[in-house]
Amino acid sequence: MIVSLPQTTTALISRKLQELRDSGGVVALGRVLSLVIETDDAHLESAVDVANKASRLHPSRILVISKSDDQSSRLDAEIRVGGDAGASEVVVLRASGEVLSNLESLISGLLLSDAPIVAWWPASSSANPAQSEIGAIADRRITDSAAQSEPISFLKALAKNYEPGDGDMAWTRITLWRSQIAAALESHLERRIVRGLVIGSKNSPSALLLQAWLASKLDVSVELEDKWNEDVVLGIRGVRISFEDGELQILRDGDVARLSQPGLPESTVFLPARTDLDCLVEDMRFLGEDTEYAQILKRGLIDGN
Amino acid sequence: MKNPLRQASDRRLQRIASPSSLILFGVTGDLARKKLLPAIYDLTNRGLLPPSFSLVGFARRPWSNEQFREVVKDSVKSFSRTSWSEKVWEQLAGGIRFVEGSHDDSNAFDALKQELDALDKERGTSGNHIFYLSIPPRDFPVVVSELDRSGLAKASNGQFRRVVIEKPFGSDLRSAKALNEVVAKIFPEDSIFRIDHYLGKETVQNILALRFANELFEPIWNSNHIDHVQITMSEDIGIGGRAGYYDGIGAARDVIQNHLLQLLSLTAMERPSSFDSSSLRREKETVLAAVQLPKNLSDHLARGQYLGGWQGGEEVLGYLDEEGIPTTSKTETFAALRLDINNKRWKGTPFYLRAGKRLGRRVTEIALVFRRPLHQLFGSDETAQLGQNALVIRVQPNEGVTIRFGSKVPGPSMQVRDVTMDFAYGHAFTEDSPEAYERLILDVLLGEPPLFPRQREVELSWKILDPIVEYWRSSNDCEGYLPGSWGPKSADEMMKRDSRVWRRP
Repeated sequence: MIVSLPQTTTALISRKLQELRDSGGVVALGRVLSLVIETDDAHLESAVDVANKASRLHPSRILVISKSDDQSSRLDAEIRVGGDAGASEVVVLRASGEVLSNLESLISGLLLSDAPIVAWWPASSSANPAQSEIGAIADRRITDSAAQSEPISFLKALAKNYEPGDGDMAWTRITLWRSQIAAALESHLERRIVRGLVIGSKNSPSALLLQAWLASKLDVSVELEDKWNEDVVLGIRGVRISFEDGELQILRDGDVARLSQPGLPESTVFLPARTDLDCLVEDMRFLGEDTEYAQILKRGLIDGN
Repeated sequence: MKNPLRQASDRRLQRIASPSSLILFGVTGDLARKKLLPAIYDLTNRGLLPPSFSLVGFARRPWSNEQFREVVKDSVKSFSRTSWSEKVWEQLAGGIRFVEGSHDDSNAFDALKQELDALDKERGTSGNHIFYLSIPPRDFPVVVSELDRSGLAKASNGQFRRVVIEKPFGSDLRSAKALNEVVAKIFPEDSIFRIDHYLGKETVQNILALRFANELFEPIWNSNHIDHVQITMSEDIGIGGRAGYYDGIGAARDVIQNHLLQLLSLTAMERPSSFDSSSLRREKETVLAAVQLPKNLSDHLARGQYLGGWQGGEEVLGYLDEEGIPTTSKTETFAALRLDINNKRWKGTPFYLRAGKRLGRRVTEIALVFRRPLHQLFGSDETAQLGQNALVIRVQPNEGVTIRFGSKVPGPSMQVRDVTMDFAYGHAFTEDSPEAYERLILDVLLGEPPLFPRQREVELSWKILDPIVEYWRSSNDCEGYLPGSWGPKSADEMMKRDSRVWRRP
């Protein structure tokens, strides 16, 4: 069910939510967090779709602030519950003009009480999320450096501005890579590692983070190479860890990666690219500070380069 | 040596099992088809199995690898939790093999050895093998000795061998010991994984989180506040096709000895010093060792057999009319008993356990029923509708926790009535938490033992059950009860003697 509330206020929306709960019981209990999405009209529907699906794993109240360039000062809202909202309840706030001058007040009356707040910027965002209006009240802030016009310089700014609670989807996108590399290395702990290589785009923040992670953990130099067989690579294509006596290599082709390693036969592993949904679900699972991310971000991108 | 890429602080990193193969005996059975094979697919789909992972089926069927793959595929498609993906399947299917043979066929075990050696070379399973014995215990001796004879049980340096066995772990203390000797002769205790699938359930693991991660409950988790505890496991179905196994075993030995005593020990145990397997299992064993049977067994036991009749719109057979059950059978399909725990925490708080088939509904729950407060403030007429406070852990279905307490009924007079506060897993977390078998198989592959009972635990639980079963053997009172009811009258009488009543789950 979708309830439209044109030209409204936060107080009226809150009253309507309560009314829906009392009348139909459509607004179920048991939400564990508030997810605040700050975006624009162009990215609104895809973001809501992803958030709805993520709410099946982490039931949440989803508040979407869609900023419009319209000069007039007005707030239009939509409440989506039941079949239109997955396991969540969604409030879409379309705001323009002076209404945008106090974003916190737009949502503070609609947040679940005493529950964690996760802020997500699916598209463009400030490179200093903790200082943004929404970010300042959130426990967890999820940006997406890959969605910015200058991904690498954005990532470097994130590193400079880092505050506990920050997170970036470029980091979440490499969890499967990291898990597979760590598992593969398990069979070669006796070997001495001499260097590493990430085959990936120099414009990909994920490739950069993977390089920084390997360099920091393995304590060897790790290069980033953006060509494979003469072709320019998009995203991450592969990883190679060179031992004194052999090489461990994971090369991805589509959803499947080929794993070759010294002393063991070649094998394949399922390594699909991660969707925004996969990433959001994972990020919502870990609500505390991501110290590993903080360390890699700061060491790899400020100290390293 | 430590893996430099793994840090405890890196919580996102998944633990993927080491290279290994799983050899499944009893692959044609119901458990394999409905639970084990789908769980292996689900683990593949979640990316938790190593690239080299191989699955070898062993059974007396004239199947080729190809045919076995089809069998696995069918069961995965019908029963897996996660969605079907051709690519995930190809990843798994590449490592599926089949070896034909009966459990006493030495040639077949030699062929199995060759197959596993080939897998080490072709797929890099690195000589790590796990034998999953999903077969009747009477076949254990011959299979285990064949594994030994063929050299399959022996691991060389840096490799591992593990063996997985399913309940029943014997049918009394003596047979449990004998069974264990068979397996322990060949495999060291720390490589034997005994599966009690209840321990793989999220709700059961949540008992520990509920008790020890919160400040709210532990201070009142003792006999000062808790009047008694009821642990119920009821099924609405009959014995189905399990006549051969069930008759002569009965409800007490089928589920109380393992599942219900597991729930009891997790509910009653002291706080372990850490979460590692040895301290966890030590605390569980300590509390089981402190369990005392009632002095006068006849006052605190009940058992019954379901009768035929109409249950929920369907006409059902009585136990004695089920196919394969002798009409003179005294096997109980309902059992209830009182246990006391002789320690400071639980002195004066009895635990009542009941389990049965063809009862009112399918439910497993642990209910802690609190003492009544001294009502100086409210008169008895004002609290007439107030029961005892209760905290109920619902293990299945509709997993969650309910707290029952009193609240004022709106209006001019002071009337206090029971209300409930409800937490449901399905509402607060995920619709798809992993199946118990997924968790347990992964733990076996990773070599993580906390969720698997040790032999000592098995023996302690038989020590509790043996005298009860012995008492029943010498008495004749196996009373009938109507299908869809909550058991025989004697169960209610047993509670009445203690001035208590069973909850209606």
